[in-house]
Parts: sequence; structure tokens; C-alpha cells
Amino acid sequence: MNHSAHSTYIARDKIFTAARLLGVFLLFLWALLAASAAYAVVSDYATYGKYFATFLRGAGTTLLLVGISLLIGAVLSLPLALARNSNTLLPRFLAYCYVYFFRGTPLIAQTFLVYYGFGGFREFFSTVHLWWLFRDPFYCALLVFSLNTAAYQAEILRGAIASVPRGQTEAGRAMGLSPLMIFFKITLPQALIIALRPYGNEIIIMIKGSAIASIITVFDLMGETRRTFSRTFDYNTYLLAALMYLVMVETLRRVWVKLEQRLTRHLLR
Amino acid sequence: MKSTLSKLVTLVASLSLITTGSAFADGHLRIGTEGAYPPFNNLNADGSLTGFDIEIAQALCDEMQVECEFITQDWDGIIPALLANKFDAIIASMSITEERKKKVDFSEKYYNTPPAIAVAKNSSITSASVPDLAGKTIGAQGSTTHSNYAEEKFSQSEVRLYPTPDEYKLDLENGRLDAVIDDVVVLSEWVNSDAGNCCKVVSTLPIDPVINGEGAGIALRKGEDELREKLNAAIKAIRANGKYAEINNKYFDFDVY
Repeated sequence: MNHSAHSTYIARDKIFTAARLLGVFLLFLWALLAASAAYAVVSDYATYGKYFATFLRGAGTTLLLVGISLLIGAVLSLPLALARNSNTLLPRFLAYCYVYFFRGTPLIAQTFLVYYGFGGFREFFSTVHLWWLFRDPFYCALLVFSLNTAAYQAEILRGAIASVPRGQTEAGRAMGLSPLMIFFKITLPQALIIALRPYGNEIIIMIKGSAIASIITVFDLMGETRRTFSRTFDYNTYLLAALMYLVMVETLRRVWVKLEQRLTRHLLR
Repeated sequence: MKSTLSKLVTLVASLSLITTGSAFADGHLRIGTEGAYPPFNNLNADGSLTGFDIEIAQALCDEMQVECEFITQDWDGIIPALLANKFDAIIASMSITEERKKKVDFSEKYYNTPPAIAVAKNSSITSASVPDLAGKTIGAQGSTTHSNYAEEKFSQSEVRLYPTPDEYKLDLENGRLDAVIDDVVVLSEWVNSDAGNCCKVVSTLPIDPVINGEGAGIALRKGEDELREKLNAAIKAIRANGKYAEINNKYFDFDVY
């Protein structure tokens, strides 16, 4: 109490520090930007209302695309993470290569590779009855995004599993539990709590990264924005799209904070 | 602190200066083009530009006695780049439309050709009629009069938009698309080349002046009236002195004006 009163006194004394002035100035710039954005939306309400309906449809496509690929990615990531932690060389090596490729190359390059690269092998895919998958741009995006996020999620999961203390496994073994039960009942639940925060980041990255789908003709939020912009040449379309992405990410962030509070309440002291 | 602030102020001030300044003040004109729209404008593997647009632009520059520099820019951002003063004129087969006129000024047209529909050689589509294309997938380059035409006229078809013609050509070839729409000259050139031997032009479409505009013109920033008048005079001049016909005959077997 005494200490904090003292520091307040010091801060008040040096009220015009360089850092503080710069901070106020930057804050002022941000406020100006926010005000002009708000003004742009309010002053041209009718136009934005018209954009908003189409953009909402695009946002729906974005959420569907990201949601399904995250789920598929999650399913794929568990065996990948286990292979990465495996004591046998071959699965460890293969999983390493997979993760290395998908984390080491840009998502846009992977998307083009699958969409335009595989598109050239129509004969082959028709023979194996998979052309329906590669014909449709939405499915192509879904495939690439799933494979991509699986690599990232596997790394998150692998790190989290490795950071669960050895003593937990040993205690389980001492109690005579089977290895499978130890993994699913003791290690994995604790690992998932550790992985929660990086998982949240991965979802946010996927929401933003999914804009790449617009380049292979999927009308997601970015696709609808590009189409509207090409007809109106109105920069505010991008402003509105950015705000909608921001709302999605911010909503997710808040949900994640609540989720984390709920799941880690037993760790609070 | 003072220096940091003044630096910031200078930065902001100089940023706002970038967007001002007049085109073509010193006998030097910067021309923006796309470079992905053969035979009108195409960026070759060695980095050189060729095509009808480029040669017409060069002829206009010679006529106006100014030095011209070509700058390539992706189609989606070509009008914003003009407005941001990255170049002074767009000569890239841009159709003169009401939507674009709200943002930029145009010269008189320098050519005018109709849109057309191309399909795979073994396609069941035999005409470019609305019922024939209903339920089919049509590809077009985004931000073009052709994409607007497709969305407007073929509302019962699914329209997919691509960044450049190269991509819709790939997708027509591999069967993701049932048809593509673009300028008849562009599609004819493609299907007659080795790259386009998968496909054929079904037929041309009637020009809709509201969508297709008055033909291709040279886009300029608003208020560049002196430049516009000079370009209009130069277009008239090369039409009159045979230079236009000479370039036209190199590319087409009919007059595209």
C-alpha cells in the first residue's frame, strides 16, 4: 500500500516524460483512426448495410471452412503427435517430415500446389474416383487447411504431452494402469490444458489465413470483399471486412479466456 | 523527444505528399498495364512487354513526342495504383464503364470487341445461350466487364472469379469449369495456340453497352484534362496516318476499332 502510493507520487512528478508524450500521441492517432472508421460506417449506413449482408454470407463460409478443417486437423494431429514422440525411428521420421513440410512452406503455396497442381491430373483422380474432391475449390481449400493445421496442432500437442511431468506416468504405472489408460486418463487431459492457449492462437491464425481460399475462387469473407471492391473500388469494403475478422477473432479470444479460467480453476491458489 | 516528434510529423507530411504531383510534367509518361492478357498485353519470360495495347501505347507516345515507361501491375489493384500515382495512365484493354468513370477519367476508345464463350472441345454446350449454360460453372477474370456480364446475364450459372486469365484457362482445361467468358480476341488467340488446343470458342455474345461500356479506353486520374485531350488527338492521328492499321494488321485480320 505504502509502496504503491510512493510510485504514484513519482509518476505524477514526472508527468511529461518522453515515453508518456509518445504514448498519448500514439493513442490519439489510434483514436483518430477508430473515429474515422466509425464515421465512415455510420455516414454511409445504406451502402454498408448492403455490403454487410453479402459479407455475412462470406463470413459463414469462412467459419465453416475453418471449423471443419480444425476438426479434421485435430483428429489427424493425435496420431501425428504420438508418432513424433515415438521410440521407433520410421514413424518418428515420417511425422517429422510431414510437420517440417507443412510448417516450413507458405499456406498459399500449399493451396496453389493442391488446387492447380493436382488439377492437372484429372485422368488419374477420375480413375480413383476422387475428382469430386479436387474439382471443387471449397473441398481443395478444406483439404489443404486440414493438412496444414494438423501439422501445427501436432506440434502443439507433442510439446504439451512432453511437458507433462514423468512422475504422472510413473504414478499411473505404479498403480497398475495400462499404458493406454495412463495416456488417455492421465497424460492427455493434462497436456490439453497446457495446449489450450497455443490452440487458441492456432485457431486465430487459421481464421486469418483462410483468406487465401479467396484466391482459388472460394467466396469466403475475403472473396466477397474482393468481389465487392472490384465493383465499387471502395476501400471501405476492406475496412468492413477487417472489422468482421476482428469481431470473429475477439469473440474467440474472449471465449478462450473463459474456457481457460474454467478448466484451470483447480490450479488456482 | 523533439526530434522523434518532428521526424513523425515529417513522415506523415511526406506520406501525404506522395499522392500529389502532376502527371507528365517533364515529357515523361508512366503507363500502367497488366501484362497477363495476350494478345493485348503480355509480359514475356525475359521481362519485356508485347501486345496490341503496348504497341498502340508506344505509337501514341511517339505521336505526342513523350518518353514512355511501362509499369506492370496486377489487374485487381490497377485503378488504386493509378490513383496512388504509381503511374499516369492505364493502357490495358480497360473497358470504359460507368462504374469506373466514378473513379477515373477515360480517353476515347481505342478498340472495341465483343465478349465470347469458350468451352472444352468435347463439351455438350453448343451455344452461348442462357438455358444452355444454366447450372454450369462459368469462369471469368475478377474485376472485369466480363465477370460482371456473366454474373448479370447468366444468373442461373455458377460464376467463379480468377485473378488472371491464366488460372481460368487451367481450370477450363482440367474440367473444373464448363465454360469461360472473355474478350473474343483473347479467347480466339488462346484456342488457336498450342496451350489452348483443349478448347474452342462457341460464339460471341452481344455487347451490352451498360456492362461492356463503349470499348477499351485509356484510364487517367480525374482532372488530367490536358493529358486526355492529347491522348484523344493522338488516337485520331494514328487512326488517320495508318499507324493504327499497321499495328492492327499485325495482330488481327479485322479492324478492332
